[in-house]
Amino acid sequence: MRSVRLIARLDIKGPNLIKGIHLEGLRVIGSPGEHALRYYEQGVDELIYMDCVASLYGRNHLAEIVQAAAKDIFVPMTVGGGIRSIDDASEVLRAGADKVAINTAAVANPELITQISRRFGSQCMVLSIEAKQIEHERWEVYVDNGRERTGIDVVDWVRRGVAMGAGEVLLTSVDREGTRKGFDIALLAAVSSEVAVPVIASGGMGKPENLVTAVRAGGVDAVAMADLLHYKRATIGDVRRVAREAGIGVRDYEFA
Amino acid sequence: MMCVVLRAKLASVCETMNLPEVTVVDYGVGNLLSVRRGLERCGASVVVTSDPDKIYSARKVVLPGVGAFSNGMAELQRTGLDTIVQSLAARGVPLLGICLGMQLLLDESEEFGKTAGLGLVPGRVVPVPALSTGGFPQKVPHIGWSPLALPVKRQSWESSLLQGIKAGEAVYFVHSFMADPFEPKDRLAECFYGGVPVLAALERGNVMGCQFHPEKSGEVGLKILSRFLTI
Repeated sequence: MRSVRLIARLDIKGPNLIKGIHLEGLRVIGSPGEHALRYYEQGVDELIYMDCVASLYGRNHLAEIVQAAAKDIFVPMTVGGGIRSIDDASEVLRAGADKVAINTAAVANPELITQISRRFGSQCMVLSIEAKQIEHERWEVYVDNGRERTGIDVVDWVRRGVAMGAGEVLLTSVDREGTRKGFDIALLAAVSSEVAVPVIASGGMGKPENLVTAVRAGGVDAVAMADLLHYKRATIGDVRRVAREAGIGVRDYEFA
Repeated sequence: MMCVVLRAKLASVCETMNLPEVTVVDYGVGNLLSVRRGLERCGASVVVTSDPDKIYSARKVVLPGVGAFSNGMAELQRTGLDTIVQSLAARGVPLLGICLGMQLLLDESEEFGKTAGLGLVPGRVVPVPALSTGGFPQKVPHIGWSPLALPVKRQSWESSLLQGIKAGEAVYFVHSFMADPFEPKDRLAECFYGGVPVLAALERGNVMGCQFHPEKSGEVGLKILSRFLTI
């Protein structure tokens, strides 16, 4: 049975773990290290670190945060936000990240997708997409953490990004992000039916049950959770139990 | 809380056993920090080096690596580390290959044409099947957590690298190619991808390897690294 990955998403601003709604109105939650360790101990399958202001202000703190995390956390880590070049990618990978997630810089320079995938392998190159619905069954790509529109169609972009070497897609619904209303299932289905690489659903997970629909109807391979975990409304264990009860395969995990 | 206590206990057990240091071969392929951190967490003193003399005289060696087989092999040959690793294996030094580092232990790979490997484990490296046993297309690379299974001809993992691991415990894989050792006794563990058995770990005397990343496989992975330190 295929195992659905449970991923904790940590949005970072400066040294803090933050959370917004529609990627805006960022509120400080606390220390990224403490939260990440808690999720690791709960048996999270992966972590995603996103610097949500990096693409606006240049340099980010992610390399330091990831380097600190790599001391205690032994699951795969994806890092995104402000990665613009092979050198930027190389820096976070050396700091202990396993994959890089790229949105803004990939839209500005799609060649970067190919360069990173050639240099580090396609498994390392996660195409991060911020999608906003514009009409029925149509979504537009946004950049700069959901602030700027691009006029690009999400389904066209994901097809192109994967053809250029992206090995995975992190698909964030700006409309649902932080709202706890559940995932945008039509968006997930439109993208996951289009590409052969794994798709991570992000934005809107309000309760563990939302995962079931994302997998069954949305066809995704993984779900990213933030709000649900950060505000301690559920643990990874709760989500795993709900998935199992619904007959969805998740990693067998019993903590010693 | 439990795990903090457990880790502290593990670390102290490791210290009292006065473990020899582990040498991680740096041949410019892949992220060595995570491997180092994983081994350190298990109580080892870790040396990451490309210095042939240091590697030659090492008492326990990890050969990590990600990326293409031909590139990895070319780097080992360019630096002369290929013959040094072969000599370590011949002298009985415990050697653990991880991911590409494990694949390099075999005779040859089909990745980008045929490339010769280190020849320490008879067999070859072949693509992960793009079709499941049911004939359906499946995603390659194989990425994610998969449970470890005992190969058909193996009774248990007692006294092996996987001692203490239970079948069904999951570890993290990222790979497009897989090792296929010719001798069934060398096949230590498998996982199933689309119903197809995929080699997860091998062991041939002092030469061991994991296709998965123990340094990214949570507490199960750390248990395997700790076990390697006691071999």
